[in-house]
Amino acid sequence: MSEFLAKYAFLIVPIIKVAILVFAVLTVDAYLTWLERKVIAHIQARWGPYRVGPHGLLQPLADGIKFILKEDPMPSGVDKIGYFLAPFLTLTLAVTSLSVIPFGPDIKAFGYVTNFGIADVNVSLLVLFAITALGVYGVALAGWASNNKYSLLGGLRSSAQMISYELALTLSVVGVLLIAGDLSLKHIVEYQDNGNLGLLGWNLFGFAKDHAGFTQIIGFVCFFIAAIAETNRVPFDLPEAESELVAGFHTEYASMKFAMFFIGEYTSMIAVSCLATILFFGGWLSPFPASWTLTHYLPSVILIPFGLWVFFDGIRYETIFGRVLLPGVGAVLAAAGLALFLFAPANDVIQGPFWFFAKVFVFLFFYIWMRGTLPRFRYDQLMDFGWKILLPVSIGNVVLTSAFLLWRMH
Amino acid sequence: MTASLIIFFVLAALAVLAAVSLILQRHPIHSALSLIVVMVALAGLYLLMGAEFVAAVQIIVYGGAVMVLFVFVIMLLNAGVEERTNFSKLATFGGIPLALALSGMIAAGIARSSGQLATSPAAAQGAISSTKQLSMMLFRDFVYPFELTSFLILVAILGAIVLAQREN
Repeated sequence: MSEFLAKYAFLIVPIIKVAILVFAVLTVDAYLTWLERKVIAHIQARWGPYRVGPHGLLQPLADGIKFILKEDPMPSGVDKIGYFLAPFLTLTLAVTSLSVIPFGPDIKAFGYVTNFGIADVNVSLLVLFAITALGVYGVALAGWASNNKYSLLGGLRSSAQMISYELALTLSVVGVLLIAGDLSLKHIVEYQDNGNLGLLGWNLFGFAKDHAGFTQIIGFVCFFIAAIAETNRVPFDLPEAESELVAGFHTEYASMKFAMFFIGEYTSMIAVSCLATILFFGGWLSPFPASWTLTHYLPSVILIPFGLWVFFDGIRYETIFGRVLLPGVGAVLAAAGLALFLFAPANDVIQGPFWFFAKVFVFLFFYIWMRGTLPRFRYDQLMDFGWKILLPVSIGNVVLTSAFLLWRMH
Repeated sequence: MTASLIIFFVLAALAVLAAVSLILQRHPIHSALSLIVVMVALAGLYLLMGAEFVAAVQIIVYGGAVMVLFVFVIMLLNAGVEERTNFSKLATFGGIPLALALSGMIAAGIARSSGQLATSPAAAQGAISSTKQLSMMLFRDFVYPFELTSFLILVAILGAIVLAQREN
């Protein structure tokens, strides 16, 4: 049995990883919609979802059931291949793009070392860009195949927008590549490890240890703006501008097919946030100097009080179900925090993923925050901004970074 | 039969089938989609030969950028279904024999040199595969031809703009 396992480990381990990743991503997507509705509600001084489960926590489940049970009518005159292909393409490509992302340092378990991600490709950044470059077809095809003027306009807008902002997105990353000299996301993170400088070693600040570095703040700003445009989110959500285009490219989609576009959009938000974390914010590296070992207890310090707060807040909840569920969740969180505090090996393993997911969460929150705050761009403003400001600035960043690196080398 | 050989035949069959579908489809969008499949299948073949960089760039440039423009233009012009015309006499009596002759010549060429073809990753190791080697070739050994090519493309872009502006 163990011989068989050892022989086919290269096949079994990735399959398990894929299963875990898909399950985790779909769950996170579901609760991201909950978080989005809650955060925007509170920005607008409302309560948001509150009826289904305590604090609306079961709302994603109810939404899922609704999506599955709803009627899925197909409008007449659609292009059948395109109409069915588009949502699958969007979702598949969005989830696949997560496969090259390293979520933490290598893990060692049962004498078997494996990377904390699915694939460890030596050109992983390019693979990621290749997958996102194909993502455009999902939206464009959906718009065209629906045989609807609004959908077509939405699809066209989206293709034009993605072509325009992909250039800036790719160029804004070149600065990071010049510093790291490597296309592997794992190596890019490892290059930012600057031992005792902590977060100053990240590409955002660029105080690298044994090689030349240069602050990539300009690159990061360009990257994040272009990334928001690539994921069709506010303030760049023109492909689905509801006041002009009904719902844009997905007007004619209902039920599970609509849900696939929805999940695809949230998954690409996660992918972009992961990429920003890896390229500019040191990936899984802690923001504190390596010698501050006390900061290793931060996961416990956050989890235990949060768990206790959920516990004591939940006891007084209005419904009986809430009075059972919330204290239960709180107790589990607090116990997890305590366990990490007591078992040092588990705590060491959790450090990398903890910082990685904390940073990704900040970006995702930023996405939601912007949706609650910013109005939409006008179409000509969007194009002007992409071509006349963002592209020149990101090219300028490449020139500036290479000039600085050249100066440091001589 | 090794796994890489099976994957090679699957990808090759996919590429050929998509290329045939590209010609046979009557709607321009379907043809464009078939062409995307060809591009992605070719990228898979590059990947099989251990050229990750070329594979990724193939998808980014051809599968992504170039084909998005194709699809965009077809959608923008809202091109409809093509009308099918019967083969002209020149196509029947000149084209088909010539096409068959060309396929025969290519097949003969492959059959003669099959021993030297790089079909496995091990055989491709000697070729330029790493990103660093590739950039060294492009930006040091062949920097002038490379820059000249990009200049040529720039001229083509400027030409397109000039042609488009004359109409206004």
